[in-house]
Amino acid sequence: MPKLIPQALRKPPKPGERRNGAGVNGDASARDVVLDKTKEGTIDVVGWVDERTGASPFLTGLLFRKVPKGTNWFYTLGSATLFAFAMQALTGVFLAMYYVPSTTEAYNSITHVTNDVFLGEFVRGLHKWGATLMIILIFLHMGRTFFFGAYKYPRELNWVIGVVLLILTLVMGLTGYLLPFDQRSYWATIVAMNITASGPVLGPYLADFLRAGAEFTETTLPRFYAVHMLLVPGAIIALIGAHLYLVVKLGTTAPPWQKVETQPKSLREEQVG
Amino acid sequence: MAEEVEKKTPGQVPDKPKPAGWYEGETMTRRAVFALGGQAFGAGAVTLVALPVVGFAVAPIFDRPEEIWEGVGTVDDFSPDTYRQAVKTEVPGVGDSGKTTVYIRQGNPDINPDESPDEYIAISSRCAHLGCPVRFFPSAGNFICPCHGGVYDFEGKVTGGPPVRPLDRFQTRVVGNTVEVGPRYSVTNSLKPVRARDPGEFTGGIWEYLYPPRPTTAAPPK
Repeated sequence: MPKLIPQALRKPPKPGERRNGAGVNGDASARDVVLDKTKEGTIDVVGWVDERTGASPFLTGLLFRKVPKGTNWFYTLGSATLFAFAMQALTGVFLAMYYVPSTTEAYNSITHVTNDVFLGEFVRGLHKWGATLMIILIFLHMGRTFFFGAYKYPRELNWVIGVVLLILTLVMGLTGYLLPFDQRSYWATIVAMNITASGPVLGPYLADFLRAGAEFTETTLPRFYAVHMLLVPGAIIALIGAHLYLVVKLGTTAPPWQKVETQPKSLREEQVG
Repeated sequence: MAEEVEKKTPGQVPDKPKPAGWYEGETMTRRAVFALGGQAFGAGAVTLVALPVVGFAVAPIFDRPEEIWEGVGTVDDFSPDTYRQAVKTEVPGVGDSGKTTVYIRQGNPDINPDESPDEYIAISSRCAHLGCPVRFFPSAGNFICPCHGGVYDFEGKVTGGPPVRPLDRFQTRVVGNTVEVGPRYSVTNSLKPVRARDPGEFTGGIWEYLYPPRPTTAAPPK
């Protein structure tokens, strides 16, 4: 099995252990060594890339980093959210091939995707339900971080980035909701704009900015579309990069119930107990 | 000359070679000038792109759309005792979503001494709570919102539910024999006209400052 993993991505050997399939005693036959060397030479595509990018120290550090004892399934919620985002990005790109962001054509293009396009209903369904899934997952991930105390020093900045990501995800939900342009999405957006406008002093101007005028005009839908598919996803991708960098840099926390390995009893404990 | 300066500052490394272009009494090194100049150039370039882009996105806040006046019937069509429905185009080019229902009646001095039989009252169907469409019930003589139970009396004043101000109105005028409906305006609780506000915003008193009038709306009548 380890032979299937390219050299560059293989787990680094422990001290005293030899590479190239040789045992600790170095008793591998010369034939095996030659075969392995041939496989791992520059004819190996991954090796070729690795030699020119120096990626393997980075990737081994990323993939074989230490995790604390007690790491469990709750720790997969962040990756699950990332997967949901990747699925939204992928299905969104393909939906954009058919969608027309015009107040008169939007609904027709959506019904065209749903009823006529091959597997269109499936791709649109993935995007629609995936949006709900992503919001559920991001809240569960936030709950895990909160209840495990993983937001504490030195990870406060990652919590802040995560909160911004949560808000951006909700903005995606709001702007995406309008795009089918049926009665429900239209009126939901009207109400959302009116709630925005009811904020004192800045609210009225913010609402005007979002819908590009005092009323819902033909500019509003393309505006929401641009925010939904370009502006916010770009910001989300950049912030996910920063989020993951900090996760790898700072490491993860042990769950709160994980016992710390106790040190030997202190002098006082020995005397009193 | 340079040696004298070095003697006065004993901490300085004595034989450090001077950078190219150095002269006695300079306040900025050549390197600092180029670094600062490069950063200023970059900042200028970013501003040159960012300002138009931001302005492009923000400009609609200051853009007042053209007033649309639309005929809704002749003067004989409307009575002072009940409302008649008409459909008005508020935003052209967006199909049905740009249209709104208007309830119109003749002015009735018996209800409100400020009204005259020569003028026409056009009330918007947009609920002042969150913008759902209200409906006029002739038998009860009031407007009721289906969403959260807002109730307005015959003049559009709030009598129950969550709405924060009376129903909006539209300006009206009579051209020849035709009653025309124009831009939207909001009213205070005493029916004083103010610039159009979005649903959910109070009008009158201090609220005129907390929800300031926007450049995108038409001036109120009178």
